[in-house]
Amino acid sequence: MALTLQPSKLHVTDLIRTATIGIRTRKQRAALSALGIMIGIAAMVAVLGLSQSSKSELLAQLERLGTNLLTVEPDVGLGRGSGTLPATATDMIARIGPIESTSMLSAVGAHVYRNDLIPTGKTGGISVQAVDQELLDVLGGSVADGVWFDDARAAYPNVILGSVAAERLGVHRVSGTQQVWLANRWFTVIGILDLFELAPDLDRSVFIGHVAAETYLDHENLPSRVLVRVDPTKVDQVLTVLAATANPEFPEEVTVNKPSDALEAQEAADDAFTALLLGLGAVSLLVGGVGIANVMVIAVLERRGEIGLRRALGATRRHVASQFLSEALLLGAMGGTGGILLGFAVTAIYANIKGWATLVPPIAVIGGIAAALLIGGIAGLYPAARAARLSPTEALRTT
Amino acid sequence: MSGTTIPATTVLNVVNVHKEYATTPPVHALRGVSFAVAKGELVSVIGPSGSGKSTLLHLMGTLDRPTSGDIIVSGHRVSELSDRDLSSLRAHHIGFVFQQFHLLSSLTTLDNVAEGLLYTGRPLRERRELAEIALRRVGMGHRLDMVSAKLSGGEMQRVATARAFAGDPSIILADEPTGNLDTKNSDAIVELIEELHATGATIVVITHNREIAESFPRVVGLLDGQVEYDTAVSEVV
Repeated sequence: MALTLQPSKLHVTDLIRTATIGIRTRKQRAALSALGIMIGIAAMVAVLGLSQSSKSELLAQLERLGTNLLTVEPDVGLGRGSGTLPATATDMIARIGPIESTSMLSAVGAHVYRNDLIPTGKTGGISVQAVDQELLDVLGGSVADGVWFDDARAAYPNVILGSVAAERLGVHRVSGTQQVWLANRWFTVIGILDLFELAPDLDRSVFIGHVAAETYLDHENLPSRVLVRVDPTKVDQVLTVLAATANPEFPEEVTVNKPSDALEAQEAADDAFTALLLGLGAVSLLVGGVGIANVMVIAVLERRGEIGLRRALGATRRHVASQFLSEALLLGAMGGTGGILLGFAVTAIYANIKGWATLVPPIAVIGGIAAALLIGGIAGLYPAARAARLSPTEALRTT
Repeated sequence: MSGTTIPATTVLNVVNVHKEYATTPPVHALRGVSFAVAKGELVSVIGPSGSGKSTLLHLMGTLDRPTSGDIIVSGHRVSELSDRDLSSLRAHHIGFVFQQFHLLSSLTTLDNVAEGLLYTGRPLRERRELAEIALRRVGMGHRLDMVSAKLSGGEMQRVATARAFAGDPSIILADEPTGNLDTKNSDAIVELIEELHATGATIVVITHNREIAESFPRVVGLLDGQVEYDTAVSEVV
């Protein structure tokens, strides 16, 4: 009696079709249980997308502003020198080979007011800087209204206002006749600048020409800050020699900075924030997984009759387990797909508002689907095992 | 192999089957039940509740194993088969009809019957073809695409019966198939079972309805877990 039994089989396409039965039967419940995963994935995709988009924006910004600007300043503080660099500093620095251009600022110890009636204490926190004509080019700044200095304008009592300073002084546009009160005399406003992305402190300054400073304020024009543009490939070499060149006698009293570092540091801070949001997304995923597990456990209880029927129709334990596992995976995949779409939408909307390019890293999409499937799978393991353990007679008895 | 010789035409052989449930106190549901069903037979198993009918059906359907004794379905000894083998046996050789119908409410009539062939490994198209043939035989050809939740009780049991025989199993086991139906629908199902029998199907119907049971050619009476009587002349040793 050598009878052979044809084994019972379940093709993959049939398995998938079977896995959708539960979802099709209770659509609303399936949607709600996938929602947790969806929110988690959406949060992660959006966070990664926004971080990527803003990073590309920063790169574009750095590209535009350049990372080759260096500032040389005297170290100020108790017993740390005079607050100025030696008078020869600018010329010495300009002699360093890879330096492309320089600009020298000299802080003027005077204050500026809207008019002569303002009490002297109300300075508005605005500093006065005597500058050369190169400043605008070296800093990559631009004029919002009016003009920048030329030889003639720099020699007369003219003033150009930093963006914040203009606001504080109540000057909104250049009329040609608008004057401000600076060191006991009137200066005419000839220009207002846009914000400096690489030197935000200068937004709160007003600028006069070196010649005018000397002529009208008796200012010595000792350098308080030298800005240099360096051959981008030689930035590091120049960094090491700048201090000694600026002040050979006391190089330790010189501080050299790279303003673009500040932007990068800000991005690093954003990265920490991104990590935090990713953590929150992960928590949401976990909760979503528990939601799916919960729904699947209930489904196994409710569908005992179906489980019994399938065993009677020839399903093995493994077939029953794989059906419920696939259903959980499918819920995870639904949540994951929805989450990626939602995350994309959020990124696109926010990037649009900010005027950035919408960028979602592929890792967010692949990782999102993978995480959703993984969580769906883990959530489905226990319910699937329970369904498989159920004895057919017990399952059929309950209706 | 044991020395028992089994006639070639025997589809189901129940050999001195005992079933004890390890509850406290233990329940001795079947106490040495033996009988055989030949190919093409229509047998009813009748008995009051608690007589062990359902247990016997589960054992014959290989959904459960006897505590002692053996069951042989189409030549396969249940005691020699693994759990997976029993699933294969059910997929290819046994068709079930339940009192509760057990249809999948969100599927169409056609897909419910096709689902009965799912685990045989037949492709979907073939399953649907066989399902349609079966449904037309039970007079449900006009409801192929209707979601089964919308059917009446009588219609549901017709569909469930179609599911049981669509794959041409060696034996069809019906557990109180008329238990949830009114007289008219009940008669229709009995008629359907007799029709299937007439075309050669082997069927065992479990029922507590004496009238229905006695309308069938052979009746096995069950009482307190033992065969009380068997109208067949040839009794199994």
